Amino acid sequence: MNNLQTQVLIIGGGITGAGIARDLSLRGINCILAERYDVNAGASGANHGLLHSGARYVSNDATAAEECRQEGALLKKLAPDCIDDTGGLFVAIQGDDDNFVADFPGLCARSGIEARSVSLEEAREMEPVLSDKLVAAYQVPDASVDPFKLTLENILQARSLGSTLLRHSEVLGFEIDQRRIVRTRLKNLLTNEDFFVEAEQVVNASGAWAKSVAALAGCPVDLLYSKGSLLVTHNRITQKVINRLRPSSNADILVPGGTVSILGTTSIRIENLDAIYPTVKEIDFILEEGSAMIPALEKTRYIRAYSGVRPLLGSTTAGDDRSVSRGFALLDHQENGLDNLATVTGGKLTTYRLMAEKAADLICSRLGISTPCLTRTEPLPSGAGAKWTKPGLTPKLWAKHHDPDDLLLCECEMVPKSVVDSLISSIHQQNGTPDLKALGVRSRIGKGACQGTFCALRTSAYLYDVGEVSRDEGLNGIRAFISERWRGIRPLLWETPLIQAELQEAIYCGMFGLEIGQKTEPQRSEVGKQ
Amino acid sequence: MNDEINCDLAVVGAGMTGMAASLFAANRGVDTVQIGVASQIIFSSGLLDLLGVHPVEEGNTWDDPFLALDQLIADLPDHPYARVEKSHILKAFQEVTGFLAEGGLVYQVNEGRNTHVITSLGTLKPTYGVPRTMWNSVKALEEKRPGLIIDIKGLRGFSALQITETLKPVWPGLRHARILFPDMQSTQELYTEPMARSLAVPENRKKLADLIRPLAKDVGIVGLPAILGMQDSHDVQQHLEEMIGLPLFEIPTMPPSIPGLRIRETFEMKLPEKGVRLQYQNRVSQISRDKDAFLLEIGSNSPVSRVRARGVILATGRFLGKGLYADRKLIREPLLNLPVYQPGIRPDWHRFDFMDPRGHLINRAGLEIDDRFRPLDNSGKPVFDNLFAAGSILAHQDWMRMKCGSGMAMATAYAAVNAFIERD
Repeated sequence: MNNLQTQVLIIGGGITGAGIARDLSLRGINCILAERYDVNAGASGANHGLLHSGARYVSNDATAAEECRQEGALLKKLAPDCIDDTGGLFVAIQGDDDNFVADFPGLCARSGIEARSVSLEEAREMEPVLSDKLVAAYQVPDASVDPFKLTLENILQARSLGSTLLRHSEVLGFEIDQRRIVRTRLKNLLTNEDFFVEAEQVVNASGAWAKSVAALAGCPVDLLYSKGSLLVTHNRITQKVINRLRPSSNADILVPGGTVSILGTTSIRIENLDAIYPTVKEIDFILEEGSAMIPALEKTRYIRAYSGVRPLLGSTTAGDDRSVSRGFALLDHQENGLDNLATVTGGKLTTYRLMAEKAADLICSRLGISTPCLTRTEPLPSGAGAKWTKPGLTPKLWAKHHDPDDLLLCECEMVPKSVVDSLISSIHQQNGTPDLKALGVRSRIGKGACQGTFCALRTSAYLYDVGEVSRDEGLNGIRAFISERWRGIRPLLWETPLIQAELQEAIYCGMFGLEIGQKTEPQRSEVGKQ
Repeated sequence: MNDEINCDLAVVGAGMTGMAASLFAANRGVDTVQIGVASQIIFSSGLLDLLGVHPVEEGNTWDDPFLALDQLIADLPDHPYARVEKSHILKAFQEVTGFLAEGGLVYQVNEGRNTHVITSLGTLKPTYGVPRTMWNSVKALEEKRPGLIIDIKGLRGFSALQITETLKPVWPGLRHARILFPDMQSTQELYTEPMARSLAVPENRKKLADLIRPLAKDVGIVGLPAILGMQDSHDVQQHLEEMIGLPLFEIPTMPPSIPGLRIRETFEMKLPEKGVRLQYQNRVSQISRDKDAFLLEIGSNSPVSRVRARGVILATGRFLGKGLYADRKLIREPLLNLPVYQPGIRPDWHRFDFMDPRGHLINRAGLEIDDRFRPLDNSGKPVFDNLFAAGSILAHQDWMRMKCGSGMAMATAYAAVNAFIERD
């Protein structure tokens, strides 16, 4: 059985794990980053893509607000390629709490966050879609960030410094001897083969799954799960991030991301992590709430929905999940009798670097390494393999340098063959399998108006042509890809998207019979309390 | 607005159902106007399904579609097929395929049995009526004859390698090769229609044959994407086969699909010869009543014309065809606001898994009818004595999963036309 050795094993390929891998690698430490599925499979890939100015938290969590302010400013400087510095607005509409509105500028000042009062006229000039029931508006330094690019860039640099990413590798258990994890047993989910990693230190950065991973080592981690669902619009609705100026609630943030906008979220307590998908009920709720702020959201076309789980600390706290701390926890499991395991969880995308720094500091002190953290000053390099996730980028490049031989595989989002080629080679470098799902994570394929109907077929045919799939692997790849996308499309099926879904079924089932001989999955229902 | 057109029967919709209904009506001497935008049919593969799968939740495929029909009618008495006299299902099919054959579009059937046709994904799709251009594959697959699949540089979504790889377990002796289509910009996206039309010129066929012949030395059959001509597919295929010296077969491509287009063009060309007046540029935007007759406004922004008809067959299809419309809460029939049978609330419309073998409940939504194919009101009575509905707009079927689209279109059109005539 395969036995890998490294200094630090990091569990979880989201932004936190990726950040730790980069931080440690920059300090000269060799890491293995093990991820059960693919990068950003959890909350890191299912959020607004909002780089918080901190203003969202000024009323209920001054620490989080300040961390966001500092980290947001740092990332704008050090990772500008991942960020679109759109600026943001906080807007109140008739009926919103006057006292909250009145307190807002003072609270922002207390946390050092620039909040400029904007006249209603100016606000509507900036964003003509805002409701005519607007009563107050403030401008803040919010921005939009591409979470996929951010994670992939962190991993790319860690890899360039000698660390390794293992995708599709699930932790099965830990072998413990004298207060130390001696080996970690993992399973490669593609080959179904078990293997071991021997590491001096182990970091559990598995987000919402931190509790179950820690439990494998007998360590308690107190987590609550809060599901949040979001909607992606067909067109970009606003230029800036729009926040509802009221205590955090449902559907009060709209974040632009390239050519689209993202509206959310909900907050639904869930008991386990098996049911992370958006429901019709949630989507209708988000629409109704969001259209109070921006009436056009009621009639706009939506492309897909998705859900993520916020890992929240402390299960003893009652009440709204949003009042539970958004801060992060770094748990040293020495008190649980293990000297080389730490868990880092909670937190926000905006503060990932800080979380990674704190975790890496702990690991280094345990390893007796005194090299200081470099991520506070070192810019994040912008690699070639991590840029195809940005909405609207490929059309621009394609129009600029169109090589007539470079056929478009995805017409909605204009992803050409050459982009797929470069993704295939970068996935190979990461010891991955370039199937449709992996390509979808790293590009805009399947994210356009056709909902994947045409691009999945074209890209799959191309994968056969270049020898990446054989036998019926490609068909299974199409099924897996379409099923995955379906989760995000299903709650949005009315008007045009419903017509699109019917066309998709007419082709996939009516014409190709791809469903024949497939097994039924266990029944699911619309669960979760709101 | 131009003048008013008078007719006995207005057929609304230009998919397979509307085409078939117009044909049946014209063949029975009914003065018919057909109105609709024939855009959806290019999404059709050109295969004429009768019934392939039942019950869908078991994924049970049938060799004998007529035995399958018996079972379906016993199990699902509300299915539109259950309201058609059984012998009429085959009669309707034969009347349509006979008509298509007169237009040069020949369909073959396997003595009352379903046939498995190779698709561009390499899957085998059960169907009943097979375009003659695809027929040669049936025997070759049975014999596992050494064969060559050709694809074309620039034609996306059609990979010969994919087809040979996927078919390997059932047809191991397949090779693949890629060619540059003669005289087409090989460095651009190529579409099937210009290629198919270019083969009307014998010189282009010769160039194509010259490309294929050297590649096909040690095989017994050659498969190609479905581009072997339009109405002239028979001549194109025969000519190419002579020059290459081997039988050929077409593989239906992802849309837009030439075999679907051929059906549309054949109807468009031949229906007027039967006296049907076609209005294929515009949709019907409104239907109103004038005493016992119907008034149909044609064209959406400024109506271009108006049709007065003594009877109407609604063959407007489902959501893609705009026969049904759904907002966030309700599914509606937009032209006459007819009651639509539908699953309760939106969470029930679709399953959590796209490929759930049971199918999505929304696909069983549609118009409920009586045995004379008249849509029913909420009390279960016909809305109008002279209003009929046929095809995929009907409730209690799932043509995509049951593989019964074309057959149901023809059979229900047949029944609706008969009901109109009997009433008259």
